[in-house]
Amino acid sequence: MTVVETYPTLDQAARAMGGDAAFLGGGTLVMRAVNEGVAPARLIRVTGPGLSELRVSGDSVRIGAGVTMADVLASRDLEFLHPVARVIGGPQVRNMATVAGNLFAAHPFGDFAAALLALDARVIGAGQGGARPVADVLRDRARAGLVAAIEVPRPRDPKAFGFLKVSRVKPRGVSILSIAAYLPREGGRIRGARVAFGAMGPVPLRSSGAERALEGQSLGAAAIDSAASAATEGLDPPTDEIASAWYRKEVAGVHLKRLLTDMERR
Amino acid sequence: MAKTPVTFTLNGQSKSAFADPGQNLLDFLRRGVGDLTPKFGCGQGTCGACTVTIDGETRLSCLVLAETVYGREVGTAAGLADGAALDPLQTVFMEHFAAQCGYCTPGMLVSARALLDRNPRPSREEVIEAISGNLCRCTGYEPIITAILAVAEGRARA
Ligand SMILES: Cc1cc2nc3c(=O)[nH]c(=O)nc-3n(C[C@H](O)[C@H](O)[C@H](O)COP(=O)(O)OP(=O)(O)OC[C@H]3O[C@@H](n4cnc5c(N)ncnc54)[C@H](O)[C@@H]3O)c2cc1C
Ligand code: FES
Ligand code: FES
Repeated sequence: MTVVETYPTLDQAARAMGGDAAFLGGGTLVMRAVNEGVAPARLIRVTGPGLSELRVSGDSVRIGAGVTMADVLASRDLEFLHPVARVIGGPQVRNMATVAGNLFAAHPFGDFAAALLALDARVIGAGQGGARPVADVLRDRARAGLVAAIEVPRPRDPKAFGFLKVSRVKPRGVSILSIAAYLPREGGRIRGARVAFGAMGPVPLRSSGAERALEGQSLGAAAIDSAASAATEGLDPPTDEIASAWYRKEVAGVHLKRLLTDMERR
Repeated sequence: MAKTPVTFTLNGQSKSAFADPGQNLLDFLRRGVGDLTPKFGCGQGTCGACTVTIDGETRLSCLVLAETVYGREVGTAAGLADGAALDPLQTVFMEHFAAQCGYCTPGMLVSARALLDRNPRPSREEVIEAISGNLCRCTGYEPIITAILAVAEGRARA
Protein backbone atom coordinates (compact mmCIF):
# COMPACT_ATOMS: atom_id res chain seq x y z
CA MET A 1 0.00 0.00 0.00
CA THR A 2 1.30 3.40 -0.94
CA VAL A 3 0.78 6.39 1.33
CA VAL A 4 0.83 9.83 -0.27
CA GLU A 5 2.26 12.80 1.62
CA THR A 6 1.58 16.25 0.21
CA TYR A 7 3.69 19.32 1.04
CA PRO A 8 3.32 22.96 0.04
CA THR A 9 7.02 23.47 -0.71
CA LEU A 10 9.89 21.45 -2.11
CA ASP A 11 12.01 22.19 0.98
CA GLN A 12 9.40 20.60 3.22
CA ALA A 13 9.19 17.67 0.86
CA ALA A 14 12.97 17.32 0.96
CA ARG A 15 12.88 17.01 4.76
CA ALA A 16 10.26 14.25 4.48
CA MET A 17 12.33 12.16 2.06
CA GLY A 18 14.06 8.99 3.25
CA GLY A 19 14.76 5.42 2.24
CA ASP A 20 11.13 4.37 1.98
CA ALA A 21 9.97 7.40 -0.02
CA ALA A 22 9.84 8.38 -3.69
CA PHE A 23 9.28 11.89 -4.95
CA LEU A 24 6.41 12.17 -7.45
CA GLY A 25 7.36 14.26 -10.47
CA GLY A 26 5.28 13.79 -13.61
CA GLY A 27 4.67 10.25 -12.40
CA THR A 28 5.33 8.43 -15.68
CA LEU A 29 7.75 6.06 -13.96
CA VAL A 30 6.72 6.38 -10.32
CA MET A 31 3.06 5.56 -11.03
CA ARG A 32 4.11 2.61 -13.15
CA ALA A 33 5.86 1.26 -10.07
CA VAL A 34 2.78 2.01 -7.94
CA ASN A 35 0.58 0.11 -10.41
CA GLU A 36 2.95 -2.84 -10.34
CA GLY A 37 3.01 -2.82 -6.55
CA VAL A 38 6.75 -2.20 -6.41
CA ALA A 39 6.74 1.46 -5.37
CA PRO A 40 8.26 2.65 -2.10
CA ALA A 41 5.85 2.86 0.85
CA ARG A 42 5.58 6.67 0.73
CA LEU A 43 5.01 8.98 -2.23
CA ILE A 44 6.04 12.57 -1.59
CA ARG A 45 4.44 15.31 -3.63
CA VAL A 46 4.45 19.10 -3.73
CA THR A 47 1.43 21.25 -4.55
CA GLY A 48 2.92 24.74 -4.49
CA PRO A 49 3.48 26.56 -7.78
CA GLY A 50 6.90 27.72 -8.86
CA LEU A 51 8.33 24.33 -9.78
CA SER A 52 7.19 24.82 -13.36
CA GLU A 53 9.10 28.03 -13.81
CA LEU A 54 11.26 28.62 -16.87
CA ARG A 55 13.52 31.64 -16.52
CA VAL A 56 16.15 33.05 -18.82
CA SER A 57 19.01 34.93 -17.19
CA GLY A 58 21.89 36.01 -19.36
CA ASP A 59 23.14 33.08 -21.37
CA SER A 60 21.49 30.34 -19.34
CA VAL A 61 17.98 29.08 -18.76
CA ARG A 62 16.72 27.87 -15.42
CA ILE A 63 14.33 24.96 -15.86
CA GLY A 64 12.17 24.27 -12.81
CA ALA A 65 11.88 20.63 -11.69
CA GLY A 66 8.22 20.49 -12.71
CA VAL A 67 8.78 21.65 -16.30
CA THR A 68 7.53 18.99 -18.74
CA MET A 69 8.74 18.00 -22.18
CA ALA A 70 5.64 19.74 -23.60
CA ASP A 71 6.60 22.93 -21.70
CA VAL A 72 10.09 22.73 -23.22
CA LEU A 73 8.52 22.41 -26.68
CA ALA A 74 6.34 25.46 -26.02
CA SER A 75 9.32 27.64 -25.07
CA ARG A 76 11.16 29.70 -27.67
CA ASP A 77 14.08 30.15 -25.32
CA LEU A 78 14.60 26.42 -25.32
CA GLU A 79 14.45 25.92 -29.07
CA PHE A 80 17.84 24.21 -29.03
CA LEU A 81 16.29 21.49 -26.84
CA HIS A 82 13.21 20.94 -29.02
CA PRO A 83 14.79 18.08 -31.03
CA VAL A 84 15.37 16.32 -27.71
CA ALA A 85 11.98 16.88 -26.05
CA ARG A 86 10.13 16.01 -29.26
CA VAL A 87 11.33 12.42 -29.32
CA ILE A 88 10.59 11.51 -25.70
CA GLY A 89 7.61 9.16 -25.47
CA GLY A 90 4.31 10.01 -27.15
CA PRO A 91 2.22 13.16 -26.79
CA GLN A 92 0.60 12.12 -23.50
CA VAL A 93 3.97 11.20 -21.98
CA ARG A 94 5.43 14.54 -23.06
CA ASN A 95 2.57 16.33 -21.30
CA MET A 96 3.55 14.57 -18.07
CA ALA A 97 7.27 13.71 -18.12
CA THR A 98 9.44 16.26 -16.33
CA VAL A 99 12.99 17.30 -17.10
CA ALA A 100 14.06 16.60 -13.49
CA GLY A 101 12.48 13.13 -13.58
CA ASN A 102 14.51 12.32 -16.68
CA LEU A 103 17.71 12.60 -14.64
CA PHE A 104 16.49 9.70 -12.52
CA ALA A 105 14.92 7.54 -15.22
CA ALA A 106 16.45 4.07 -15.40
CA HIS A 107 18.02 2.67 -18.58
CA PRO A 108 17.06 2.80 -21.47
CA PHE A 109 15.44 6.12 -20.57
CA GLY A 110 17.30 9.36 -19.94
CA ASP A 111 17.50 10.87 -23.42
CA PHE A 112 17.01 14.38 -22.07
CA ALA A 113 19.60 13.77 -19.36
CA ALA A 114 22.12 12.88 -22.08
CA ALA A 115 21.49 16.27 -23.69
CA LEU A 116 21.87 18.04 -20.34
CA LEU A 117 25.16 16.22 -19.82
CA ALA A 118 26.52 17.32 -23.21
CA LEU A 119 25.44 20.90 -22.53
CA ASP A 120 27.16 20.89 -19.13
CA ALA A 121 23.95 21.74 -17.29
CA ARG A 122 24.00 22.29 -13.54
CA VAL A 123 21.57 21.00 -10.97
CA ILE A 124 20.20 23.08 -8.13
CA GLY A 125 19.12 20.96 -5.17
CA ALA A 126 16.18 21.71 -2.89
CA GLY A 127 17.17 24.26 -0.25
CA GLN A 128 20.60 24.72 -1.83
CA GLY A 129 22.02 27.92 -3.23
CA GLY A 130 24.79 26.45 -5.33
CA ALA A 131 24.61 24.21 -8.34
CA ARG A 132 26.42 20.96 -9.15
CA PRO A 133 27.33 19.52 -12.52
CA VAL A 134 24.65 17.16 -13.83
CA ALA A 135 27.32 14.45 -14.01
CA ASP A 136 27.57 14.48 -10.19
CA VAL A 137 23.85 13.77 -9.89
CA LEU A 138 24.01 11.01 -12.51
CA ARG A 139 26.99 9.40 -10.76
CA ASP A 140 25.03 8.73 -7.57
CA ARG A 141 21.35 9.23 -8.20
CA ALA A 142 20.23 7.45 -5.04
CA ARG A 143 21.88 10.11 -2.91
CA ALA A 144 21.27 13.10 -5.15
CA GLY A 145 18.40 14.50 -3.08
CA LEU A 146 15.55 16.52 -4.54
CA VAL A 147 16.18 18.65 -7.58
CA ALA A 148 14.66 22.14 -7.53
CA ALA A 149 15.82 23.31 -10.94
CA ILE A 150 18.32 22.73 -13.70
CA GLU A 151 20.43 25.49 -15.18
CA VAL A 152 21.25 25.00 -18.84
CA PRO A 153 23.77 27.20 -20.63
CA ARG A 154 22.31 28.28 -23.97
CA PRO A 155 24.71 27.43 -26.80
CA ARG A 156 26.00 30.69 -28.26
CA ASP A 157 25.87 29.05 -31.66
CA PRO A 158 22.77 26.84 -31.77
CA LYS A 159 24.31 24.87 -34.64
CA ALA A 160 27.03 23.70 -32.24
CA PHE A 161 24.53 21.42 -30.50
CA GLY A 162 23.19 18.27 -32.10
CA PHE A 163 21.01 15.41 -30.91
CA LEU A 164 20.06 12.05 -32.33
CA LYS A 165 17.83 9.35 -30.89
CA VAL A 166 18.03 5.92 -32.45
CA SER A 167 15.01 3.65 -31.98
CA ARG A 168 13.37 0.80 -33.81
CA VAL A 169 9.79 2.10 -33.68
CA LYS A 170 9.01 5.58 -35.00
CA PRO A 171 7.62 7.71 -33.64
CA ARG A 172 7.76 6.90 -29.95
CA GLY A 173 10.10 3.93 -29.64
CA VAL A 174 12.51 3.72 -26.72
CA SER A 175 16.18 4.28 -27.38
CA ILE A 176 18.64 1.78 -28.73
CA LEU A 177 20.84 4.72 -27.87
CA SER A 178 20.78 8.48 -28.05
CA ILE A 179 23.63 10.91 -28.73
CA ALA A 180 24.04 14.54 -27.75
CA ALA A 181 27.01 16.53 -29.01
CA TYR A 182 28.05 20.04 -28.10
CA LEU A 183 30.92 21.23 -30.29
CA PRO A 184 31.59 24.95 -29.85
CA ARG A 185 34.11 26.30 -32.33
CA GLU A 186 36.70 29.02 -32.07
CA GLY A 187 38.37 30.10 -35.30
CA GLY A 188 37.03 26.97 -36.98
CA ARG A 189 38.48 24.60 -34.32
CA ILE A 190 36.41 22.69 -31.80
CA ARG A 191 37.11 23.93 -28.25
CA GLY A 192 35.49 22.12 -25.34
CA ALA A 193 33.91 19.16 -27.19
CA ARG A 194 31.26 17.33 -25.17
CA VAL A 195 29.67 14.15 -26.48
CA ALA A 196 27.20 12.17 -24.37
CA PHE A 197 25.40 8.89 -24.95
CA GLY A 198 22.06 7.80 -23.56
CA ALA A 199 21.36 4.06 -23.10
CA MET A 200 25.04 3.14 -23.48
CA GLY A 201 25.56 2.51 -19.76
CA PRO A 202 23.58 2.42 -16.53
CA VAL A 203 23.17 6.21 -16.82
CA PRO A 204 23.91 8.72 -19.60
CA LEU A 205 27.68 8.93 -20.02
CA ARG A 206 30.20 11.05 -21.87
CA SER A 207 32.30 9.52 -24.62
CA SER A 208 35.83 10.53 -23.73
CA GLY A 209 37.12 8.80 -26.88
CA ALA A 210 34.95 10.85 -29.22
CA GLU A 211 35.66 14.06 -27.31
CA ARG A 212 39.40 13.51 -27.51
CA ALA A 213 39.20 12.82 -31.24
CA LEU A 214 37.25 16.03 -31.87
CA GLU A 215 39.02 18.46 -29.54
CA GLY A 216 41.08 21.07 -31.38
CA GLN A 217 40.04 19.74 -34.81
CA SER A 218 37.85 21.28 -37.41
CA LEU A 219 34.65 19.30 -37.94
CA GLY A 220 35.44 17.39 -41.12
CA ALA A 221 35.57 13.86 -42.49
CA ALA A 222 38.85 12.95 -40.79
CA ALA A 223 37.85 14.13 -37.31
CA ILE A 224 34.42 12.56 -37.69
CA ASP A 225 35.92 9.19 -38.64
CA SER A 226 38.29 9.13 -35.72
CA ALA A 227 35.50 10.22 -33.32
CA ALA A 228 33.33 7.40 -34.66
CA SER A 229 35.99 4.76 -34.16
CA ALA A 230 36.78 5.97 -30.62
CA ALA A 231 33.12 6.48 -29.67
CA THR A 232 32.64 3.49 -27.39
CA GLU A 233 36.07 3.49 -25.70
CA GLY A 234 35.53 2.65 -22.04
CA LEU A 235 31.77 2.21 -22.46
CA ASP A 236 30.07 -1.01 -21.42
CA PRO A 237 26.46 -0.79 -22.62
CA PRO A 238 23.74 -3.05 -21.19
CA THR A 239 21.85 -5.80 -23.00
CA ASP A 240 18.07 -5.52 -22.88
CA GLU A 241 15.01 -6.40 -24.97
CA ILE A 242 15.76 -3.50 -27.34
CA ALA A 243 19.36 -4.37 -28.20
CA SER A 244 22.34 -6.40 -27.04
CA ALA A 245 25.50 -4.82 -25.63
CA TRP A 246 27.35 -6.06 -28.72
CA TYR A 247 24.87 -4.41 -31.08
CA ARG A 248 24.95 -1.12 -29.22
CA LYS A 249 28.75 -1.03 -29.38
CA GLU A 250 28.73 -1.91 -33.08
CA VAL A 251 26.28 0.81 -34.12
CA ALA A 252 27.18 3.65 -31.71
CA GLY A 253 30.04 4.90 -33.88
CA VAL A 254 27.96 4.65 -37.06
CA HIS A 255 25.22 6.81 -35.57
CA LEU A 256 27.72 9.27 -34.11
CA LYS A 257 29.19 9.63 -37.58
CA ARG A 258 25.72 10.35 -39.01
CA LEU A 259 25.02 12.99 -36.37
CA LEU A 260 28.39 14.70 -36.77
CA THR A 261 28.15 14.66 -40.56
CA ASP A 262 24.74 16.24 -40.26
CA MET A 263 26.15 18.90 -37.90
CA GLU A 264 29.04 19.57 -40.28
CA ARG A 265 26.59 20.33 -43.11
CA ARG A 266 24.48 22.83 -41.17
CA MET B 1 -6.37 3.42 5.24
CA ALA B 2 -7.39 7.05 4.88
CA LYS B 3 -9.18 7.98 1.70
CA THR B 4 -8.73 11.36 0.08
CA PRO B 5 -11.75 13.40 -1.03
CA VAL B 6 -11.31 14.64 -4.58
CA THR B 7 -13.52 17.36 -6.05
CA PHE B 8 -13.01 18.01 -9.73
CA THR B 9 -14.83 18.63 -12.98
CA LEU B 10 -15.59 15.69 -15.26
CA ASN B 11 -16.74 16.61 -18.77
CA GLY B 12 -18.07 19.92 -17.46
CA GLN B 13 -19.85 18.53 -14.40
CA SER B 14 -18.66 18.91 -10.86
CA LYS B 15 -17.87 15.58 -9.16
CA SER B 16 -16.66 14.50 -5.75
CA ALA B 17 -15.43 11.05 -4.79
CA PHE B 18 -12.93 9.40 -2.47
CA ALA B 19 -9.59 8.22 -3.83
CA ASP B 20 -7.72 5.32 -2.27
CA PRO B 21 -4.09 5.86 -1.29
CA GLY B 22 -1.94 5.59 -4.39
CA GLN B 23 -4.97 5.04 -6.64
CA ASN B 24 -4.44 6.03 -10.24
CA LEU B 25 -6.89 8.27 -12.08
CA LEU B 26 -8.01 5.49 -14.42
CA ASP B 27 -9.13 3.24 -11.58
CA PHE B 28 -10.64 6.22 -9.77
CA LEU B 29 -12.69 7.28 -12.80
CA ARG B 30 -13.89 3.75 -13.52
CA ARG B 31 -14.59 2.48 -10.02
CA GLY B 32 -14.91 5.63 -7.93
CA VAL B 33 -16.83 7.83 -10.36
CA GLY B 34 -18.38 5.30 -12.77
CA ASP B 35 -17.04 6.63 -16.08
CA LEU B 36 -16.12 3.44 -17.91
CA THR B 37 -14.96 5.06 -21.16
CA PRO B 38 -11.24 5.21 -20.30
CA LYS B 39 -9.89 1.65 -20.66
CA PHE B 40 -7.21 -0.28 -18.86
CA GLY B 41 -4.76 -1.79 -21.32
CA CYS B 42 -1.39 -1.95 -19.66
CA GLY B 43 -1.10 0.29 -16.61
CA GLN B 44 2.39 1.20 -17.84
CA GLY B 45 1.89 4.11 -20.17
CA THR B 46 2.42 2.13 -23.35
CA CYS B 47 -1.05 1.63 -24.87
CA GLY B 48 -2.93 4.93 -24.50
CA ALA B 49 -6.33 3.21 -23.99
CA CYS B 50 -6.65 5.19 -20.75
CA THR B 51 -6.08 8.61 -22.39
CA VAL B 52 -8.04 11.50 -20.84
CA THR B 53 -7.51 15.23 -20.84
CA ILE B 54 -6.60 17.27 -17.79
CA ASP B 55 -7.18 20.98 -18.29
CA GLY B 56 -7.35 20.27 -22.02
CA GLU B 57 -4.06 18.36 -22.36
CA THR B 58 -3.91 14.63 -22.95
CA ARG B 59 -2.62 12.44 -20.14
CA LEU B 60 -2.39 8.74 -19.46
CA SER B 61 -4.84 8.32 -16.60
CA CYS B 62 -3.16 5.08 -15.46
CA LEU B 63 -0.05 7.14 -14.63
CA VAL B 64 -1.81 10.03 -12.90
CA LEU B 65 -2.23 9.92 -9.14
CA ALA B 66 -6.00 10.37 -8.73
CA GLU B 67 -5.83 12.99 -5.99
CA THR B 68 -3.75 15.32 -8.16
CA VAL B 69 -6.83 16.21 -10.25
CA TYR B 70 -8.34 18.05 -7.30
CA GLY B 71 -9.87 21.29 -8.66
CA ARG B 72 -9.00 20.44 -12.25
CA GLU B 73 -10.95 19.66 -15.41
CA VAL B 74 -10.92 16.10 -16.60
CA GLY B 75 -12.25 15.17 -20.05
CA THR B 76 -13.05 11.64 -21.26
CA ALA B 77 -14.71 10.12 -24.31
CA ALA B 78 -17.98 10.16 -22.35
CA GLY B 79 -18.01 13.93 -22.77
CA LEU B 80 -17.81 13.89 -26.56
CA ALA B 81 -21.44 13.25 -27.49
CA ASP B 82 -24.06 15.80 -26.52
CA GLY B 83 -27.00 13.55 -25.66
CA ALA B 84 -27.89 11.76 -28.89
CA ALA B 85 -25.78 14.13 -30.97
CA LEU B 86 -22.43 12.51 -31.63
CA ASP B 87 -19.17 14.40 -31.91
CA PRO B 88 -18.22 14.59 -35.61
CA LEU B 89 -15.22 12.42 -34.77
CA GLN B 90 -17.48 9.64 -33.52
CA THR B 91 -19.52 9.79 -36.73
CA VAL B 92 -16.49 9.57 -39.00
CA PHE B 93 -15.01 6.75 -36.92
CA MET B 94 -18.16 4.77 -37.75
CA GLU B 95 -18.18 5.80 -41.40
CA HIS B 96 -14.55 4.87 -41.95
CA PHE B 97 -14.58 1.66 -39.87
CA ALA B 98 -12.01 3.23 -37.57
CA ALA B 99 -13.20 1.06 -34.70
CA GLN B 100 -13.07 -2.70 -34.86
CA CYS B 101 -12.96 -4.27 -31.38
CA GLY B 102 -13.28 -0.74 -30.01
CA TYR B 103 -10.90 -1.09 -27.10
CA CYS B 104 -8.57 1.66 -28.26
CA THR B 105 -11.38 3.89 -29.50
CA PRO B 106 -12.11 6.08 -26.46
CA GLY B 107 -8.41 6.89 -26.09
CA MET B 108 -8.05 7.53 -29.83
CA LEU B 109 -11.07 9.84 -29.77
CA VAL B 110 -9.71 11.81 -26.81
CA SER B 111 -6.29 12.22 -28.48
CA ALA B 112 -7.91 13.17 -31.80
CA ARG B 113 -10.29 15.67 -30.20
CA ALA B 114 -7.40 17.31 -28.31
CA LEU B 115 -5.49 17.61 -31.59
CA LEU B 116 -8.40 19.16 -33.49
CA ASP B 117 -9.20 21.60 -30.67
CA ARG B 118 -5.64 22.88 -30.86
CA ASN B 119 -5.11 22.50 -34.58
CA PRO B 120 -8.36 22.27 -36.61
CA ARG B 121 -6.56 21.48 -39.88
CA PRO B 122 -3.76 19.08 -39.10
CA SER B 123 -1.57 17.48 -41.74
CA ARG B 124 -1.45 13.71 -42.06
CA GLU B 125 1.91 13.75 -40.23
CA GLU B 126 0.41 15.77 -37.39
CA VAL B 127 -2.44 13.27 -37.08
CA ILE B 128 0.01 10.35 -36.95
CA GLU B 129 2.06 12.17 -34.33
CA ALA B 130 -1.04 12.98 -32.24
CA ILE B 131 -2.14 9.34 -32.04
CA SER B 132 1.38 7.93 -31.72
CA GLY B 133 0.78 7.30 -28.01
CA ASN B 134 -2.34 5.22 -28.74
CA LEU B 135 -1.96 1.61 -29.83
CA CYS B 136 -4.54 -0.15 -31.99
CA ARG B 137 -4.23 -3.89 -32.50
CA CYS B 138 -7.06 -4.19 -35.02
CA THR B 139 -7.33 -1.53 -37.67
CA GLY B 140 -3.75 -0.96 -38.79
CA TYR B 141 -4.31 2.77 -38.10
CA GLU B 142 -5.12 3.79 -41.68
CA PRO B 143 -8.91 4.01 -41.15
CA ILE B 144 -8.33 6.01 -37.96
CA ILE B 145 -6.02 8.47 -39.70
CA THR B 146 -8.46 8.79 -42.62
CA ALA B 147 -11.36 9.41 -40.23
CA ILE B 148 -9.56 12.14 -38.30
CA LEU B 149 -8.49 13.83 -41.53
CA ALA B 150 -12.08 13.63 -42.79
CA VAL B 151 -13.29 15.72 -39.85
CA ALA B 152 -10.47 18.18 -40.37
CA GLU B 153 -11.35 18.55 -44.05
CA GLY B 154 -15.07 18.75 -43.31
CA ARG B 155 -14.35 21.66 -41.07
CA ALA B 156 -12.18 23.36 -43.60
CA ARG B 157 -15.06 23.26 -46.10
CA ALA B 158 -17.66 24.41 -43.58
C1 LIG C 1 5.37 5.08 -22.59
C2 LIG C 1 6.62 5.74 -22.06
C3 LIG C 1 7.59 6.18 -22.95
C4 LIG C 1 8.75 6.80 -22.49
N1 LIG C 1 9.68 7.22 -23.41
C5 LIG C 1 10.80 7.82 -22.98
C6 LIG C 1 11.79 8.25 -23.90
O1 LIG C 1 11.63 8.13 -25.12
N2 LIG C 1 12.92 8.82 -23.43
C7 LIG C 1 13.13 8.97 -22.08
O2 LIG C 1 14.18 9.51 -21.70
N3 LIG C 1 12.22 8.58 -21.18
C8 LIG C 1 11.06 8.00 -21.59
N4 LIG C 1 10.14 7.58 -20.67
C9 LIG C 1 10.46 7.63 -19.25
C10 LIG C 1 9.94 8.86 -18.51
O3 LIG C 1 8.67 9.24 -18.96
C11 LIG C 1 10.87 10.07 -18.63
O4 LIG C 1 12.18 9.67 -18.35
C12 LIG C 1 10.45 11.22 -17.74
O5 LIG C 1 11.26 12.35 -18.01
C13 LIG C 1 10.47 10.91 -16.26
O6 LIG C 1 9.95 12.05 -15.59
P1 LIG C 1 8.67 12.04 -14.62
O7 LIG C 1 8.47 13.44 -14.19
O8 LIG C 1 7.52 11.36 -15.23
O9 LIG C 1 9.25 11.15 -13.46
P2 LIG C 1 8.58 10.43 -12.23
O10 LIG C 1 7.97 9.14 -12.66
O11 LIG C 1 7.73 11.35 -11.46
O12 LIG C 1 9.91 10.13 -11.42
C14 LIG C 1 10.97 9.35 -11.95
C15 LIG C 1 12.10 9.30 -10.93
O13 LIG C 1 12.65 10.60 -10.75
C16 LIG C 1 12.55 11.01 -9.41
N5 LIG C 1 12.27 12.45 -9.43
C17 LIG C 1 11.30 13.09 -10.13
N6 LIG C 1 11.38 14.43 -9.93
C18 LIG C 1 12.40 14.63 -9.06
C19 LIG C 1 12.98 15.78 -8.44
N7 LIG C 1 12.51 17.01 -8.67
N8 LIG C 1 14.03 15.60 -7.60
C20 LIG C 1 14.52 14.36 -7.35
N9 LIG C 1 14.02 13.24 -7.90
C21 LIG C 1 12.98 13.36 -8.75
C22 LIG C 1 11.42 10.19 -8.85
O14 LIG C 1 11.50 10.07 -7.46
C23 LIG C 1 11.63 8.87 -9.55
O15 LIG C 1 12.65 8.14 -8.96
C24 LIG C 1 8.95 6.96 -21.11
C25 LIG C 1 7.97 6.53 -20.21
C26 LIG C 1 6.82 5.93 -20.67
C27 LIG C 1 5.79 5.50 -19.68
S1 FES D 1 -3.56 1.65 -19.51
FE1 FES D 1 -2.68 3.61 -19.45
S2 FES D 1 -1.34 3.56 -21.12
FE2 FES D 1 -2.09 1.53 -21.11
S1 FES E 1 -10.10 -1.25 -32.72
FE1 FES E 1 -9.32 -2.91 -31.59
S2 FES E 1 -7.56 -2.04 -30.68
FE2 FES E 1 -8.18 -0.50 -32.01
